[in-house]
Amino acid sequence: MKVLVVAEHLNGKLEDITFEMLGKAKELGTAEVALLGHNAKDLAAQLGKADSVIYMDSPELAEFNPDTYSKGLKAIVEARQPDIVLVGNTSMGMDLAAALSVDMGMPLVAYAIDVAADKVVSSLYGGKMNVESAVSTPFIASVLAGSFPADAGRGEGSPAVEEMAAPDFGSVKVRFKQLIEPEGGDVDITQQPILVSVGRGIQSEDNLPMAEELANKLGGAVSASRPIIDNKWLPKTRQVGKSGLKVKPKLYLTLGISGAPEHIEGMKDADLIIAVNTDLKAPIFDYAHYGTTVDLFDLVPALTEKL
Amino acid sequence: MNIIVLIKQVPDLVEELELDSSGKDLDREWLKYKVNEFDDHALEEALLLKEEHGGTVTAMALDGQDIDKALYAAAAKGADRVVKITGLEGNPSNHEAAKAFANAISGMDYQAVFTGVQSVEDRDGQLPVLVAHYLGIPHVSVVSGVKIEGDKAVVYKEYGGGMMAELEVDLPAVLGIQAARETPRYVPVARVRRAMRSTEMEEVSAGDVSGAAAGSEVARMFKPETGQGAEMLEGSAEEVADKIVSILKEKGIV
Ligand SMILES: Cc1cc2nc3c(=O)[nH]c(=O)nc-3n(C[C@H](O)[C@H](O)[C@H](O)COP(=O)(O)OP(=O)(O)OC[C@H]3O[C@@H](n4cnc5c(N)ncnc54)[C@H](O)[C@@H]3O)c2cc1C
Ligand SMILES: Nc1ncnc2c1ncn2[C@@H]1O[C@H](COP(=O)(O)O)[C@@H](O)[C@H]1O
Repeated sequence: MKVLVVAEHLNGKLEDITFEMLGKAKELGTAEVALLGHNAKDLAAQLGKADSVIYMDSPELAEFNPDTYSKGLKAIVEARQPDIVLVGNTSMGMDLAAALSVDMGMPLVAYAIDVAADKVVSSLYGGKMNVESAVSTPFIASVLAGSFPADAGRGEGSPAVEEMAAPDFGSVKVRFKQLIEPEGGDVDITQQPILVSVGRGIQSEDNLPMAEELANKLGGAVSASRPIIDNKWLPKTRQVGKSGLKVKPKLYLTLGISGAPEHIEGMKDADLIIAVNTDLKAPIFDYAHYGTTVDLFDLVPALTEKL
Repeated sequence: MNIIVLIKQVPDLVEELELDSSGKDLDREWLKYKVNEFDDHALEEALLLKEEHGGTVTAMALDGQDIDKALYAAAAKGADRVVKITGLEGNPSNHEAAKAFANAISGMDYQAVFTGVQSVEDRDGQLPVLVAHYLGIPHVSVVSGVKIEGDKAVVYKEYGGGMMAELEVDLPAVLGIQAARETPRYVPVARVRRAMRSTEMEEVSAGDVSGAAAGSEVARMFKPETGQGAEMLEGSAEEVADKIVSILKEKGIV
């Protein structure tokens, strides 16, 4: 089984998802990593677990670009004819996997949490349902972050690095302008030992002070799931998850968060997770150490009172 | 600036999900549907751009469960046209849906297609990129915020850790929208009812979608094993609060 892992890197750093997929690829067969970039060959030295690395260099690949990266990846897949292509189900990977599927006429299974030669398991419906797809090679799977241990994909070694010329990109329709770093917020939630994290279950901005008060009593801060940030009730710097921050506090207490995979990605390594959610079937309870279905509007005042 | 916004009805996850007798799909009979939350953002961003630059917004969807209501709601919010794609039976794959959209869109006068970034049931890949590739135009996924500068769009693509890339894209293009600049607007039911009477529902055939199969099949669906799962704390709010306090004390947190 020839498995091609599409490396993901940002700001000169390989993302964890690369190692997570590489570990899985080694389990499935021979693992080749597709590394696209500009003056990024050095990154191959960190891919010790790979059997080989195929490196494509071009100024057009200096930063992630949905247009040029799709064209470059297509050229690599045409040349190497892998049985399985593993792409991250990430912001970058979303722009690559489906494009490759149409370009190569290869089936794609997304949101993969497990991959074998003849089947892929996807986590769908916000983590509430797993779907097993029957597939045959060659196919593409886009892998959810955190599905496989990254450590299994890290290791010493010096894989053979083969350079492949970039294809003619033709007329390039997307241009990279700049990377925008998040603005510094009032509180750095990655440094807080205790987080009270609010989700859509909090219902209204007017109810936030209740969570603030509880966080104060506990000596921590308030963080949140994405909808709270999209509603502009809290700044982006308070967002936990895939497009927010990864946190690992001593206590992560959730109030009205369902536990969608994009949220879980940011907090599953917290030492102690306590979830408050009225829906007994909420996926957050699969990750929490303790849980309760008591209404948060009853529990929070009672808990604040007792602390 | 004419923008087409694709709208999808998805199962409301607040409801309990049950399997049908085949074990390969949800039991959809009693399922409650709602508009994919990211589509509300896609529509909002399109309406904001129309307010700034003029042009039209067309809301488009595949025929299916409760879709008329969703399209009329889009009209009530400000969409100029509502279009329903007919002729795709059952549960089409996303590849087939994308091909049908591309067939319908290719003959239209448009500068951009906005979709939600993803939905909770896109097993064979996210639709925006599929549509773009069938149309042969560029795409950017996970977009929060769009500016139009002549025949180009400047978009903000979100990465992890709050990092964003600013990209410039030649139009026409497909953008998978994660979040609009503003909180999506709300319309009261009365306005949706009025839109139902005043808006013409256009119907367009899906056309030929052969050659656009997903290439894989659902073998089974199952609820995730709950791992060790949480230890559930039972009782009244007072009792549960007491239990939490003693857990926190035991762990030395308070
Ligand atoms: C590319 C991408 C990136 C994303 N990045 C992130 C990210 O970084 N972070 C993130 O969080 N999400 C992210 N998301 C969004 C994610 O998919 C979910 O939509 C989001 O996490 C849901 O937030 P929630 O749990 O607060 O809301 P919901 O899923 O709506 O859950 C609300 C919960 O509150 C419970 N509830 C309601 N009332 C009460 C009450 N009175 N008491 C107790 N419980 C109650 C309900 O049972 C429900 O489970 C991303 C999505 C995409 C597509
Ligand atoms: N059947 C459909 N009808 C209308 N829009 C769709 C459909 N499928 C996908 N879309 C659009 O594509 C977005 C991403 O959905 P997904 O299909 O899950 O990738 C949705 O939010 C819609 O904007």
